[in-house]
Amino acid sequence: MLGLGADRLRADMNRLLAFLFHQGVLDEQFLQLQQLQDESSPNFVSEVVNIYFHESEKLLRNLRGLVLEREFSDYKKMGIHLNQLIGSSSSIGAKRLTNICVAFRAASDQNNPTACLRALELLEHEYCYLKNKLHEFFQIEQQRVMAAGVRYPIQN
Amino acid sequence: MAFRMGNSSTKCSGSSKNCLATGNKFSVLVVDDDPVVQRIHRVFLNRFGFETQVVGNGKEAVDLYCSGASFHLVLMDMEMPVMDGPEATRELRGMEVSSMIVGMTSRDRDSEKQAFMAAGLDDCRVKPLTADIITSLLHQLNIKYQY
Repeated sequence: MLGLGADRLRADMNRLLAFLFHQGVLDEQFLQLQQLQDESSPNFVSEVVNIYFHESEKLLRNLRGLVLEREFSDYKKMGIHLNQLIGSSSSIGAKRLTNICVAFRAASDQNNPTACLRALELLEHEYCYLKNKLHEFFQIEQQRVMAAGVRYPIQN
Repeated sequence: MAFRMGNSSTKCSGSSKNCLATGNKFSVLVVDDDPVVQRIHRVFLNRFGFETQVVGNGKEAVDLYCSGASFHLVLMDMEMPVMDGPEATRELRGMEVSSMIVGMTSRDRDSEKQAFMAAGLDDCRVKPLTADIITSLLHQLNIKYQY
């Protein structure tokens, strides 16, 4: 019965992943990260994603400050932050967020404040969505590992 | 280790010949300031059998070579603090470093990749690093070092 719990949770994980792929939120790069996870680094994906969240939130704060700058927007700095966010987001397979960053970068290359503000709103919305979904995924994974770790007592 | 530590020195005097590391295992230096990319590249490359070292900017890469270290492959990010990828690449080529240097950039415009290539890269790829890219680089390394 307890084994069924782990199986059910694995099915939930696969369903969530399929949903995120279907929506275009994640791409194959996320699967490549999962394939790098093994006994020597059992929490590799969640560790990398947590580093990603930590770094991204700093970049998003900086971008917000630059976009909302009243006097002069430093579009060059905006571009640098966006390049970093594009690099890290694409590296974890966050496809939809990467695409939003690319559009944001195009707006900053054109020195377009209105487009940059709109892009920032989209980016912040997508980031929240991605973070919630990945947290959900890793919570299910944690429950699955705990469920799979329960053993029947050995009877002699 | 696949690379050799030379005498610690903060200044390179003249050109320093890059000596190839011996052995069948390829060594790679990842030059990138992003902690996410550093972590993923290290694990990814180790899984493909590389001996991997990671530094956070171009100056650290140049300093490593100045101290006598050598790598078969350098994966060079474009935008970094202190010293960026193009400048670090020019410095390394100026030191007659013959390692394969491959740019890894988030920029997909041809003009920007060409400018990076002009600094002395052997190749330039758009992030993310994938199994296909690593396989392709291994193929190029096998040809270059004839393993």
